[in-house]
Amino acid sequence: MTSDGPTPRRAVILGARSAIAQAVALRLAQQGWDLVLAARNNATLEPVAADLGLRTEQGVQLLEFDALDLDAHAELADRIRACAGEFHLAVCVFGHMGEAEAERLDTNQMVRTLTTNFTAAAVCLAHLANDFEARGEGGIIGIGSVAGDRGRQSNYPYGAAKAGLATFLQGLRNRLAPAGIHVLTVKPGFVDTPMTRGKQGMFLVAPPERVARDIVTAWEKSRDVLYTPWFWRWLLLVIRLVPERLFKRLKL
Amino acid sequence: MYGWGRHPRLAAEVHLPRDLEALRAAVQGHGGATIPRGAGRSYGDAAVAERVICGKSLTHLLAFDSDTGRLHAQGGVTLDEVIRFALPRGWFLPVTPGTKFPTLAGCLAADVHGKNHHRVGSLSAFVEHLELVLADGDLVVCSRKQHPELFWATLGGMGLTGVIYAVRLQLQPVRSAFLHNVSIRTSDLSESCRVLCDTQHEYPYSVAWIDTLRRRGRGRGQVMLGTHAEDDRLQPLHRPPRLTAPTLPLNVVLRPGLSLFNMINYRRQLRRRTTTTVHYDPYFYPLDAIDNWNRLYGPRGFLQFQFAVPFAGGEALMAAVLDRTDAAAPCALAVLKTFGDHPTGPLGFPLPGFTLALDFPRTTAIEAAVRDATDDVIAAGGRVYLAKDSVITRDQFDAMYPRLDEFRRLRQQVDPQSRFRSLQSDRLGLS
Repeated sequence: MTSDGPTPRRAVILGARSAIAQAVALRLAQQGWDLVLAARNNATLEPVAADLGLRTEQGVQLLEFDALDLDAHAELADRIRACAGEFHLAVCVFGHMGEAEAERLDTNQMVRTLTTNFTAAAVCLAHLANDFEARGEGGIIGIGSVAGDRGRQSNYPYGAAKAGLATFLQGLRNRLAPAGIHVLTVKPGFVDTPMTRGKQGMFLVAPPERVARDIVTAWEKSRDVLYTPWFWRWLLLVIRLVPERLFKRLKL
Repeated sequence: MYGWGRHPRLAAEVHLPRDLEALRAAVQGHGGATIPRGAGRSYGDAAVAERVICGKSLTHLLAFDSDTGRLHAQGGVTLDEVIRFALPRGWFLPVTPGTKFPTLAGCLAADVHGKNHHRVGSLSAFVEHLELVLADGDLVVCSRKQHPELFWATLGGMGLTGVIYAVRLQLQPVRSAFLHNVSIRTSDLSESCRVLCDTQHEYPYSVAWIDTLRRRGRGRGQVMLGTHAEDDRLQPLHRPPRLTAPTLPLNVVLRPGLSLFNMINYRRQLRRRTTTTVHYDPYFYPLDAIDNWNRLYGPRGFLQFQFAVPFAGGEALMAAVLDRTDAAAPCALAVLKTFGDHPTGPLGFPLPGFTLALDFPRTTAIEAAVRDATDDVIAAGGRVYLAKDSVITRDQFDAMYPRLDEFRRLRQQVDPQSRFRSLQSDRLGLS
């Protein structure tokens, strides 16, 4: 045991390839967290891990992780421990945004959207939640979306999956609160990432660093639900208040 | 898509690879002329093409040895990021241009120099190796020993040999974020040149700001000589740009304002010689304090004319160029310094002598004057800097770069189908 400084806290980032994930990872490392970056084909993330390690001097490990391999999630907690040691925060960032047009024509594409954004995230977090609960420590950050607050013709499978995840996280928060395990639901608006670049109808686009800063601050303040940037909370309030009779005729 | 001079412009297909695999895929992808681009800080049309592979997302530091100061980084890392990372650890860029926003890869492709060229050469001199993605998608490591022809052709090769994915660079040790600056007031061009030459061996950094708008005493100004302080203050003061220039409907960089500015700037220094201690940011990067300052030149943009000319006859040539260009447009900023004798690649710009950089609001008259002045430069044995150029002709180019055939031969080997092309390379017959 080292006597100087606090014991290292370790966060695992599930789906570390995305721009939001990497921005959150940097922010957490700057706040003194060690990291486990979990993603598929993780060798390509070596430059990201090297960069985080150099800039922040925190420990950074890579873990092979396929969100869609649902059966493997039962061993996820043990695999993280074997790779890096005990962990205290799980940030579930992976997601998939399909093309609305393609999803309409090919339901397999819709299944991928639904499975990645909801089922895979829920299964993952269910296993990790059990692990945290048994240990009586830990925390969860899940990334939903403002798209989950109201179904729109342009991306409702994505929105539905994210809405499901938000409800799942809400239940998890309720269940884990007595054990002192905090759950943060993040609902980002449009973020400037490769996933969204070039898509039609983007506005008020935020840089991933801004979103990451908000997420880590909200986590430190033990907030329950975060809209980022902040104005989306009020924008979505207005959008939710539009009567369905009118909303269904809008082109959004 | 356009360069820092905001002219010429072209609608381009932009690729932003985030890792090596994506970069290789982007290079191999179908489409027209493709050119790598860093931060878009080259002034002319060197990083403008139908397809642009932008390095802005390849910004990872890969390794750093704090004992030796060797940094291994992806090409899209900016100079600013290098400084902010390395300075607290006691290291600084070995060479830096007058802005901290370009990327490492962009700097090397343009063979950028700094105020210390007379001593150490350009940034290229500190590169240990380059990792280059060639036209066929292969990743090649090249250095002074491994594929040396490719290595040298890439340094200053304007992105025409491949995309610089990563670089290993030797940084210089420093003990402070500050520099001691000696400023010497000069009364004309010939004194500016003389002071620069006389002080070359004493100071690592030297540069002169000159006033070119006056007919009498043209070229008077201040010679600034710098050395790194040794006071152990290593924290980079990070201040985001305080001012941002708005997009303007017309050029506001006009002669009366410039004359007034030049006069104030000159008279500000009361004694012939003053000494100050300055933070590296205002010392090396005064213009970075105003974000997007290039917008001040309005919709037509601006043009920078930078040339190098041998010491012998250099002063007379510069005086002639200043007379010629001043008749066409007012020069907003003129920077004079000396180059030393250091090895360069076949398209390397520096040659031992003087180099003068002149900024002008863009007009048809100044484009013509710059082309005429280029002929004078050629006659004096000098050459024009490709990273700033957007106007010279193919014949002028052929007359200025004697090792051009060497470059063309190498390009024939590594990019036989001319996948890498820019508006500039098409104009200059390099494609």
